[in-house]
Amino acid sequence: MHVEEKLTPETFPAEPEKATLEGKNKFLGFWFFLGGETVLFASLFATFLALRDSVANGPTAQELFKMPIVFLATMLLLTSSLTSVYAMHHMRNFDFKKMQLWLGITVLLGAGFLALEIYEFTEYVHEGFKFSTSAFSSSFYTLVGTHGGHVAFGLLWILTLMVRNAKRGLNLYNAPKFYVASLYWHFIDVVWVFIFTVVYLMGMVG
Amino acid sequence: MANHTHVQNPKVDVQYRRKKNAEEMKHQIVSFTLMIFLTLIAFFAVGYEGFSAWFSVPFILLLAVVQVIFQLYYFMHMSHKGHELPALFLYGGVVVAFVTIWAFLTVVWI
Repeated sequence: MHVEEKLTPETFPAEPEKATLEGKNKFLGFWFFLGGETVLFASLFATFLALRDSVANGPTAQELFKMPIVFLATMLLLTSSLTSVYAMHHMRNFDFKKMQLWLGITVLLGAGFLALEIYEFTEYVHEGFKFSTSAFSSSFYTLVGTHGGHVAFGLLWILTLMVRNAKRGLNLYNAPKFYVASLYWHFIDVVWVFIFTVVYLMGMVG
Repeated sequence: MANHTHVQNPKVDVQYRRKKNAEEMKHQIVSFTLMIFLTLIAFFAVGYEGFSAWFSVPFILLLAVVQVIFQLYYFMHMSHKGHELPALFLYGGVVVAFVTIWAFLTVVWI
């Protein structure tokens, strides 16, 4: 199929993200990138695990972490992963408006998550847990902050796609772009699953 | 590239695809429910005083791995065909990830 082809629900392909060569290339290239992201986060997790007991008279994980805020953040991000699945479901059904709606909900939930994280970090700083307090604090802020940076980037990415294509509607040129952005969003959630387990829950266990 | 996937009657084809998409969405909701459930168990296991760290740490790690498998194979469609290279890329990254973490936990002394 050609990129500029006029599409109707009947002619819209079942997998619009992979209907063009460009889409196929984006799909593969993006998964290659996700392999690299896995390595990036692994190095940050490894550093954190090696340094998490080096608290240097600063606050420990057990003193610092509170379950309610972590639980709320987890629920927000997990739900935003489902709403982006809904967006891709509507993309495959060639329903641009519903796709935009669900992407909008995804962005709102992601923004809620980011706001909670900023609040959490400022609370920690007030409690005397700064970036340079201990090896534990540096590795914590680097790991969780890199993830938060990914969330912020993902939000800007999805928002840009929504605004840029608002009047264009759905076609085979932008379908791979939406699809790849949703993959990125799921990957952010995958990383968060390990963060809430390894950093927060294991930190609370001690 | 010509589109060879369509049968003679595109309307029938659309109905079939809508139905398939709707079915897939049902699976997605089921996997989302399971993911929420696994998360709840993990938080509960840590909040509950009766479990020792020797039990709860490996247990919540296992729950995280299961949840990530749901995320990858359902939400990110890795269970669909045409994901051989994505799987290679991702598992390549996972192998390096394990070696890195293993090295930092055993070889590195701080």
